[in-house]
Amino acid sequence: MTFQQIKNILNDKSPQSVEGLAQEAARTTRQHFGRAIGLYGPLYLSNFCSSHCTYCGFHSHNQIQRMKLEPEQYRKEMQFIHAQGICNILMLTGESYKHTPVTYLKEAAVIASEYFQGVSLEVHPMQTSEYKELFTAGVDGITVYQETYDRTRYAEVHLSGYKKDYDFRYGTPHRAAEAGMRQISLGVLLGLSDTANDVYALYQHVRELEKSFPGVEYSVSFPRLRTVKTEALAICDVDDIQFVKIIALTRILFPRVGINLSTRESPQLRDHLLEIAITRISAGSNTSVGGYTLLEEKDQDPQFDIKDERTVEEIVQLLKSKNFDPVFTDWRHIENTL
Amino acid sequence: MTDTPLVIAGKSFTSRFFLGTGKFKNKKDLSDSIAAGGSQIVTVALRRIDLDHHEENILEHIPPHVTLLTNTSGARTAQEAVRIARLARASGCGDWVKIEVINDSKYLLPDNQETIKATEILAAEGFVVLPYISPDLYAARALVKAGAATVMPLGSFIGSNQGIKTKEFIQVLINEIELPIVVDAGIGAPSDAAQAMEMGADAVLVNTAVATAQNPVVLARAFALAVEAGRLAYLSGLPLERFIANASSPLTGFLYDDIPTN
Amino acid sequence: MNIIINGKSQALTTAQNLSDIVSTFCKQSRHVISELNGAIIPPEQWSQTLLQDGDVLELVTFVGGG
Repeated sequence: MTFQQIKNILNDKSPQSVEGLAQEAARTTRQHFGRAIGLYGPLYLSNFCSSHCTYCGFHSHNQIQRMKLEPEQYRKEMQFIHAQGICNILMLTGESYKHTPVTYLKEAAVIASEYFQGVSLEVHPMQTSEYKELFTAGVDGITVYQETYDRTRYAEVHLSGYKKDYDFRYGTPHRAAEAGMRQISLGVLLGLSDTANDVYALYQHVRELEKSFPGVEYSVSFPRLRTVKTEALAICDVDDIQFVKIIALTRILFPRVGINLSTRESPQLRDHLLEIAITRISAGSNTSVGGYTLLEEKDQDPQFDIKDERTVEEIVQLLKSKNFDPVFTDWRHIENTL
Repeated sequence: MTDTPLVIAGKSFTSRFFLGTGKFKNKKDLSDSIAAGGSQIVTVALRRIDLDHHEENILEHIPPHVTLLTNTSGARTAQEAVRIARLARASGCGDWVKIEVINDSKYLLPDNQETIKATEILAAEGFVVLPYISPDLYAARALVKAGAATVMPLGSFIGSNQGIKTKEFIQVLINEIELPIVVDAGIGAPSDAAQAMEMGADAVLVNTAVATAQNPVVLARAFALAVEAGRLAYLSGLPLERFIANASSPLTGFLYDDIPTN
Repeated sequence: MNIIINGKSQALTTAQNLSDIVSTFCKQSRHVISELNGAIIPPEQWSQTLLQDGDVLELVTFVGGG
């Protein structure tokens, strides 16, 4: 598909075009995924961050309580998440080599492997050798969003820190794949820059990776820029209609790529999108460091405001009521060896 | 709209219609067909010289500007293909070789494994290797690694004129393999060639259909036109299938409800 | 001496080099490729290559093919 075709689709305002895309996307999703929906839980280990990204709640210039969990602390968080039934964990940190170096992440991965079948990381971009270390420590997947593929805009919103390096970030999925990571998740932050450009560029990025690393399971995500502590930051507004179109189009063009929807989105929208193309959702999420067991709500500093606050149990019931098949894990834990 | 040239091993070609030279009734038909079709790459084979009869030298009927692609037909193993390729190169007529390794007289299906082995050896010796295979993604990837200059997946059985029976599998190669994809074998009609080009193939190779036609020269021209038409269609960006909305269970009605979702 | 050319036994009355063999046995002169006992002999070396009893010689050329 060409860039112009994507632009045309996004600009087509007719209800029939959205419905048509959604129907085709739904058909494709059922064909390749059945009604299985993968569930996972996020765990924020640290919000120390050396990068100043204007749109993020954790950015280096934001006055928030900086916290980093030590093993006894994150173990408690893990136990809580595990008790909800979650088997796949996504561990997140701010971007800080200093506070959350590879040794710290490795230890967290090893401990996480005691509780979870699948361990993924969404942290600062690292070198291939570091990903290899993490892989053997038990990390199966890496999530890294380019945020925007528009270099100019990228430079405008990433004012300092490691994240300023566009190319290093761009090469992260490649390095992770080289290191053996089985699951790689990419995305763009909608609202940051021109939507059609970013969506097209994301598609190119995924295509490129699919060719070089065909054995990896890819998934994509389209977080929408929203408020952070009531501060509205969107430059170009991506409304629900555009959002649904992007997700449907992605499914049609990438029948086997996972599509993730975070708890930034409302329960109602999430439910509708499950019928169309979403295959992975987080459940029972808390986006603050220590937010599950260690801090009172009033003391928490979330990375973003959660709209879908349903518990894991509520999500499971909802999925079952709609004839979905909630999948906590579809593999057993194995040793990652190179 | 003009096309970019087809580039193989650094050499540029404006024609995406390769012609095979086997089975022609006479040499004049062959040279006229090459001219009518505008082919810039033709395949030839090697055979023992007939010591008892004088045979016209086929190369005399192929214009000098045309690139010769020697077929390793007859080879049943990688080693045999390598031997034939080396013999062909010794002629001084170039080092382009089409690897065709067939150990199956019923279907004439190529042996992908032996083809990969031969490609590795010959590419390392500096040959320009165009391997002929059953369309298989793993084999194609191995050929890329082995140093092939193109990948030539079959459309259907050699000589069958059945058209493109392996469409979906060829499409996978077109989507995933960076080398030029040349659809070879089984192309029976110009519409088959156009179809291959519309899918995004880089070129087609046709032999039997032209050589055994009642009027090979006219058919060669028809193929050339079809290849061009298919190529232009591909470059124009064929319109997407329009997705028709099915009213029975709408999925996006909620977007137009009064109740906002956020 | 006897040599095998293209699978057939040929008797040679005198010692000959490959150049002589090609002009004697091949009706065409251009684009003859020779392989003696499995080794390719380029045309420049034909006149220096003497045939011996029991040699296996293949003489091939281009023909039409797909």
